[in-house]
Amino acid sequence: MTLLLVALGVGALAALAGAALARRWRVAVASTLGALGCVLAVFAAVTTLRGGATTTFHSAQVLPLSGVSLTLDPLAAWFILVSSIVGAAACVYNVGYAHGALASRPAQSTFMLFTFSLIAVPSASNITTFMFGWELMALSSLLLILTEHARHVEARSAALWYGVMTQLGAASILLGLLLVSSHGSAQSFAAISAHAAGLSPATRSLAFLLVLGGFASKAGAVPLHVWLPKAHPAAPSSVSALMSSAMVAMGVYGIIRVGQGLLHGGTVWWWFAVTLLGVVSAMYGALHATTSNDLKRLLAYSTIDIIGLVLTGVGAAGALKDSGQPMVAHLALGAALLLVLAHAAFKGALFLAAGAIDRSAGTRDLDLLGGLIHVMPVTATVIVFGAGAIMAVPTLSGFSSEWLLLQSFLHGFTALSTPVVIVMLLGTVALALTGGLTAVAFVKVIGIGFLGRARSEGAANAHEASRSMLVAMGALTIPSVFLGVAPGLVGAWWERAVSLALGRSSDPYTPSTGVVLARLGGAIAPAAVLVALIGVMSLVWLLSQNRTARHARRVDAWGCGRDGQTSRMQYTATSFAEPLQRVFADVLRPQSDVEVTHVVESRYYEQSLSYESRIVDVFEARGYRPIIGWVLRAGGAARRLQNGSLDRYLAFGFGALIAILVVG
Amino acid sequence: MTGWVYAGSATLIQVVTVGLGGPLLVGLMAKVKARAEGRVGAPVVQPLRDLRKLATKERLHARHASPVLALAPVVIVASTTVAVAISPLVSTRPLLGSSADILAVVYLLLTGSAAAALGGLDVGTAFGGMGASRAMTIGALAEPALLVAVIALSLPSHSSNLPRIMASTLAHPDWVLGPSRLLALAALVIVVIAETGRIPVDNPSTHLELTMVHEAMTLEYAGSELALVTWGESMRVGLLFSLVANLFVPWGISTHATVLSVVVAVASLAAKTMLVALGVALIEVRSAKLRLFRLPELLAGGFVLSVLAVVTGLVTR
Repeated sequence: MTLLLVALGVGALAALAGAALARRWRVAVASTLGALGCVLAVFAAVTTLRGGATTTFHSAQVLPLSGVSLTLDPLAAWFILVSSIVGAAACVYNVGYAHGALASRPAQSTFMLFTFSLIAVPSASNITTFMFGWELMALSSLLLILTEHARHVEARSAALWYGVMTQLGAASILLGLLLVSSHGSAQSFAAISAHAAGLSPATRSLAFLLVLGGFASKAGAVPLHVWLPKAHPAAPSSVSALMSSAMVAMGVYGIIRVGQGLLHGGTVWWWFAVTLLGVVSAMYGALHATTSNDLKRLLAYSTIDIIGLVLTGVGAAGALKDSGQPMVAHLALGAALLLVLAHAAFKGALFLAAGAIDRSAGTRDLDLLGGLIHVMPVTATVIVFGAGAIMAVPTLSGFSSEWLLLQSFLHGFTALSTPVVIVMLLGTVALALTGGLTAVAFVKVIGIGFLGRARSEGAANAHEASRSMLVAMGALTIPSVFLGVAPGLVGAWWERAVSLALGRSSDPYTPSTGVVLARLGGAIAPAAVLVALIGVMSLVWLLSQNRTARHARRVDAWGCGRDGQTSRMQYTATSFAEPLQRVFADVLRPQSDVEVTHVVESRYYEQSLSYESRIVDVFEARGYRPIIGWVLRAGGAARRLQNGSLDRYLAFGFGALIAILVVG
Repeated sequence: MTGWVYAGSATLIQVVTVGLGGPLLVGLMAKVKARAEGRVGAPVVQPLRDLRKLATKERLHARHASPVLALAPVVIVASTTVAVAISPLVSTRPLLGSSADILAVVYLLLTGSAAAALGGLDVGTAFGGMGASRAMTIGALAEPALLVAVIALSLPSHSSNLPRIMASTLAHPDWVLGPSRLLALAALVIVVIAETGRIPVDNPSTHLELTMVHEAMTLEYAGSELALVTWGESMRVGLLFSLVANLFVPWGISTHATVLSVVVAVASLAAKTMLVALGVALIEVRSAKLRLFRLPELLAGGFVLSVLAVVTGLVTR
């Protein structure tokens, strides 16, 4: 705990440094302090996860009414680990990345506040501290989205969407937490947990639904996701990385902490709802990721996809816990936690790499990129590893976590209750449907963005990112490989976090570098597969090198006998995803406009032709826009009440007074 | 110690069998098609001869190619070889049997497809992009059916470990004709046709711009690299055919360390896969290639069949 407090203290210092220092030293000092604080937080989390005791801290002086209350238990430590790993990388990245508006005093100081609020939220252990950390996280990220509003106008509307959604979510969470705390009139998590059994089932369900609404929105679950594909891309990339990997994880943390920790699991229907949210999110996110052309928007949609899979794991764990299969429940939640950590690392690296591309090529529209592997080889390697992890290439982190998830579904099928089996079936289908779509999305990112030939001036003249940015991206690639090759080495860590949430049960894992489920039957040995892969690859490489000339002869590409192919003749990101877009037209509802201007003299000749196609988020267009329309109309109607006449306002006041007297 | 020797040699025999047998199966299918169409056709060993010829020819790279172009064939062959090595094809106890998880095989094959698509996109020609886009689309639509069919197969033994699935089928022969198995088999046949690029999904012998899928991705390859890509593709055919054959009719597979059992296993594997190849070739002869945008219906049909297989398996347990 001392270590965590020191880490938070260093974070506060970093924020101060960002606010106080002159431009010359500001970014370097704030980033160094920030990275240091995050590394300390990693150590604090690892100490607890390695079996250290749960520690608490309470100070009545800092916050009014309740005081600050922090608890470092394994579940909190797991999520602190997630935030602080990405936080450290983002701070290092900041050194080379921050300039212009992002290097200003308010932006640097807010960035540090945001980084450390992500560490504070999981450690909070009473309602006031939790909501304080939560709002600090929400508001600081809101401000950070707006840092580049002068350059990216769309950031303004994104911030508005984000601000409204996050505040509605926070209100919903607060309401839910107050509902459960009012019973025992205590607000520390331990007291709520102790009193929760005394609540009526209806109150508990209502509280869970309220809290779920807020947390699911933060996690980006469909249909509460609409802000995410706008806000994550609009923020500077160091912030996007934190938002998309650590902040969404806070939503998952909240669902586990409140649903399992405070309310002890409730009924199977809660978790059915969580699974359903997860399944819809996974499929919707994957589908939109394949058809998005803005690199950061694509990554944001893929976050919705992965968090959807995480939620199916959380839902499966909740459903299995009370159906007599605690061991499989442990497996499901363990898979979800591992996926959260794996996702944080690879999505963080991918967002940081996207920022490097945006900075050096001046665009993140895949249709304008191409050939970046020749000019940005290190960034390309980071993207290949990140994409491999997200596509679940065996021996990278996505594979081990998705394998665990599938094992839990497979063993969950033995449950006797029908709703639980349906939960398993839904989870399996979600996992199956998203796998191939994710592969399309990320083959598109690599193949269109990095291979082929440059499609714009910017992409042709791009250059490799600065050293600190490369170090940060490279460092985040390490967990993707480590968690893929030797997930078993940290198996005991996540099992401690799971035990805290679900209660003790027999441990499903047998110690190994891979994952061995001796009692359930099933094992993977990614390290052996990696050795085999590397061995065969070098053998094939050597054999194919010996037989022919060492260097391939360079010739023109095959052009059907046509000379002089240009980069405009390549497939673009749009054309690459077009078949899938057409297959799923019913869900995506693509819109396209073709505008033809004819030459005045003859209608047979065209002067210009413009083509535009776009995919609108169905939930936004059909669900949110009408509501916004109603609110605006209601506001417009209410405006008629105010005509500026003093007499009328006095009459309103009088009427209100009479109404109060009558009702009272 | 004998266990290690047995596992190691069985793995090696598997790789050699599929490595040589894959091209032979491709040749066999071409022969069957030719005979059914009233032609004599090339000898069955023609694909192997082609590979040998290509291996000695010069490598050519387009001017804008990156190292990915040269790396992709190696990844394709390596991922397929490892998938072959960990699957129980000749023996139920291959060297990496503990990781012979069906999910690992599926995702290794997906890795190979992704590498092929990236190889196609690397040069930046319209053909490469077209082939990659179509191949990935078909793969994305076939993947769900494959995974769910595999889940249906692993339901009775509660394990996605391939040797376990086969062992439990050997112990319960009556499972083979269960409704869940048959539905999963139908789904898997559709998936295998899609994943190996046969008619009605893709025509491996066409080079017509508008219709080719896999061939479009390989247009930029020449010499030994083309040999690797083609070899990887035929190994994939060999692996998928063997898996289908062994998952549904595992008899003949070697379960203990004797020379005779291994010989029997190789012979029965050859016989079973030849039957599968015959069936696929006859499907190819009897049907016309589907339009690209009719394929989703076929693959969605496969997905529905596989989901039905799981549901049936759950209801009838």
